[in-house]
Amino acid sequence: MVYFLIFIAAIFVNNIVLSQFLGICPFLGVSKKIDTALGMGAAVTFVLTLATVVTYLLQKLLVLGHIEFLQTILFILVIAALVQMIEIVLKKISPSLYEALGVFLPLITTNCCILGVAILVANGTAKLPAGAEPNLLTGTVFAFATALGFALALVIFAGLREQLSMNKVPKAMEGTPIALLTAGLLAMAFMGFSGVV
Amino acid sequence: MSKASQTVLNGILKENPTFVLVLGMCPTLATTTSAFNGMSMGLATLFVLVCSNVVISLLKNLIPDKVRIPSFIVVIATFVTLVQLLMQAYLPAIYNVLGLFIPLIVVNCIVLGRAEAFAAKNTVGLSALDGIGMGLGFTLALTILGAIRELLGTGAIFGWQIFPDNYGALVFVLAPGAFICLAYLMVAANKLQKNDKISK
Repeated sequence: MVYFLIFIAAIFVNNIVLSQFLGICPFLGVSKKIDTALGMGAAVTFVLTLATVVTYLLQKLLVLGHIEFLQTILFILVIAALVQMIEIVLKKISPSLYEALGVFLPLITTNCCILGVAILVANGTAKLPAGAEPNLLTGTVFAFATALGFALALVIFAGLREQLSMNKVPKAMEGTPIALLTAGLLAMAFMGFSGVV
Repeated sequence: MSKASQTVLNGILKENPTFVLVLGMCPTLATTTSAFNGMSMGLATLFVLVCSNVVISLLKNLIPDKVRIPSFIVVIATFVTLVQLLMQAYLPAIYNVLGLFIPLIVVNCIVLGRAEAFAAKNTVGLSALDGIGMGLGFTLALTILGAIRELLGTGAIFGWQIFPDNYGALVFVLAPGAFICLAYLMVAANKLQKNDKISK
């Protein structure tokens, strides 16, 4: 039951993009068409879940060695290496999936939502619903659900922007400003979920 | 105008990272709940920017091209860890407010972007000035955004109560307000840039 609550909380109540402000750069950059949004969402889901598991275990080693201060450096290097490895493995195992994810995989390395969620779960400070203990399983479920929330926000936003591109917008607001305004209204809509879990 | 002051002003006005380059959006939206928080985040990023630009410019001829990006990331991560530990020790209050976004400076597109685009190709002096310019531009943008959000949301700027709190609209301090305020600030910045270009 608590895992279902984790899903609801991570996707809707504490949506990673619209309420935690992680992953804004790809949110604004990759959301012009629904197809690319889906591709990015899939790539992030893949990488985020794997990265969270690996960094959670790495944090256990860091605590054992009393070198927690190396967390930032080691996490980002591990994530970068992981993304490289995933690229190579995917190319061998499933070339079609590799083609589908395309250019998004390397782009994810500097995506702040990957490092952000990894740090949150490793330190045990992720916003889990009451009754959920921070351990590897809840952390993995949380990461997976968070990535789904990212994908959801991205796809909705892409749909909105596709519609927006067909309408007349004041000259000064063309491009990023109107996108930000739309994102603000979307964030307001998602605020309606607060207090559900 | 000398090359030095031109480099600094470039980061503040012509290539302002927030309003023109649209980089580093995550901390911009998340940490500007008040003018002071925005300013602190900007200053922390400025420190990392200057230090990493200088070191990367010093090492630019020693780093092989294939491992360029990972080496840049290691240098940046080192300075971010430095800032983290310093803030945790000497500024614990603001450290708790900025929370997760201090370690996230390492994936701030501005820092890696300037390292790649400027520091790897220019002298140490110019790289340091570019770091200062970009950092100041970023800090300015964050402080202005934080001040507007704080004023509209709670009626205060930097803690000085300008009008009573209950006339404030709380939404501006929350998530949607960040997007909306930044959108209008960008419009204003675009208009200022266009007027500048026309008058020139």
